[in-house]
Amino acid sequence: MIDRIAALGSKGLETLQALGRSGMFLFHALWALPNVRVNGPLLVRQIFSVGVLSLIIILVSGVFIGMVLALQGYNILTRYGSEQALGQMVALTLLRELGPVVTALLFAGRAGSALTAEIGLMKATEQLASMEMIGVDPLRRIISPRFWAGFYCLPTLAVIFSAVGVLGAYAVGVVWLGVDGGSFWSNMQNSVEWGEDVMNGVIKSLVFGIVVTWIAVFQGYDTVPTSEGISRATTRTVVYASLAVLGLDFILTAVMFGEL
Amino acid sequence: MASQPQSDNPVAGNDYVRITDMTFMRGERPIFKDVTIRIPRGKVTAIMGPSGTGKTTLLRLIGGQLRPDRGEILVDGHNIPRLGRQELFRVRSKMGMLFQSGALFTDLPVYENVAFPLRVHTDLPEDMIRDIVLMKLQAVGLRGASHLMPSELSGGMARRAALARAIALDPDLVMYDEPFAGQDPMSMGVVVQLIRLLNDALGHTSIVVSHDVQETASIADYIYVVSGGEVIGEGSPDEVLNSDLPRVRQFMQGLPDGPVPFHYPAPSVEQDFLGGEQS
Repeated sequence: MIDRIAALGSKGLETLQALGRSGMFLFHALWALPNVRVNGPLLVRQIFSVGVLSLIIILVSGVFIGMVLALQGYNILTRYGSEQALGQMVALTLLRELGPVVTALLFAGRAGSALTAEIGLMKATEQLASMEMIGVDPLRRIISPRFWAGFYCLPTLAVIFSAVGVLGAYAVGVVWLGVDGGSFWSNMQNSVEWGEDVMNGVIKSLVFGIVVTWIAVFQGYDTVPTSEGISRATTRTVVYASLAVLGLDFILTAVMFGEL
Repeated sequence: MASQPQSDNPVAGNDYVRITDMTFMRGERPIFKDVTIRIPRGKVTAIMGPSGTGKTTLLRLIGGQLRPDRGEILVDGHNIPRLGRQELFRVRSKMGMLFQSGALFTDLPVYENVAFPLRVHTDLPEDMIRDIVLMKLQAVGLRGASHLMPSELSGGMARRAALARAIALDPDLVMYDEPFAGQDPMSMGVVVQLIRLLNDALGHTSIVVSHDVQETASIADYIYVVSGGEVIGEGSPDEVLNSDLPRVRQFMQGLPDGPVPFHYPAPSVEQDFLGGEQS
């Protein structure tokens, strides 16, 4: 019994230490004035790698999720004779919830895992150590541009996801199932609030962007530099990031829409 | 004859690196116990010893990537363990290190790898950077391979490209981590010569960590032999090669058994084979 309590305490201390390490890690990576001449090209490269290369999966997923939403929504709304509210339902669902959350989950799987594996492999092959010995701080050179790229890209990808989702819903609802196009767009326009719906969704994805990218870069940097260690770190990134996104989504939704 | 470890390095006096009473632990296990080592300026000093004795760890301690539990590590007068993060990076710009794996940046071609320290630490115009990079690559025989990616290089070529990068800024101190490991005889001969030639031509201080006795002894001015967390012998190559100290002699002559046992500590053979219990 005592051993179990001791093991639990030890695990708790380890977790606290890891949290402390990750906090110091992010502080050192970001606590500096950006040097545009040096960091600009690095950031652009990471935005391409993290954001542009994630576009395909975001576009395809967004279209399909919009199409499925329209199908499901149409079936339910026709029972009450209110299929003209389809545009409103799809837009609010995408902007408030599915856009930020599904984009963050896809981002964790596509870009987060790639970031962890890349940084972990750089550690295992001593590239980070050699950078330190050249007198270059890898936190500033490697971690910082990747973190900012994730921070900028996730909200943009979430907005794109929601936009193509609405187009997918339009294709199914209006073009295929025959909902009136004017009602689809006008109901959407009347019900979607810029601040409450669009901006709250963007704020959610900004928070998810920080958390997912932070977890990904920290897991890569803190990995045990072996093939097994990198494999575990990559898995941890996807699991921790997904759980964090879902947990934070509940908290943020409660704060934004739950009148807390 | 190799002396007992008292760090009475006869060529010392103008030390570039001075390690005094340094202790470094990994968990409860001491890697170094009150070690004192002097690395004289402008010389090639070898740190030798069996695998797993912490030779690479010693280089990381000198480079400030690890901090000792006790003791002092002075590099050109800077007490490395006490430096702040930014000061440490400034001091490191005067060091070059050749990693065992080469550790080239895999997303950059050889040319950009060598140019990397120059771009980061200097404001030289592009044509001057080009000249310096090509000079360094010429010195290691890889001027023609400047366009290749690290994945296209053989192990020996990658090591030489990494050496060109390590000396790109003409550092005051170059540390070589197992530079001969895994090299074919031809590449090994080239690297052996390069270390000595570069040291003499550029006038820097070199630390070579290795367990390749003949190659290291042929270029070193002074040798430290470390084992079991302490310096077990030191002296000129001839003194260390002809040492009477049992542990030094066992290592330098490659004797499989001696004061350093061949077998990892284990229960007796009788107990293991006849005891019938699985450990």
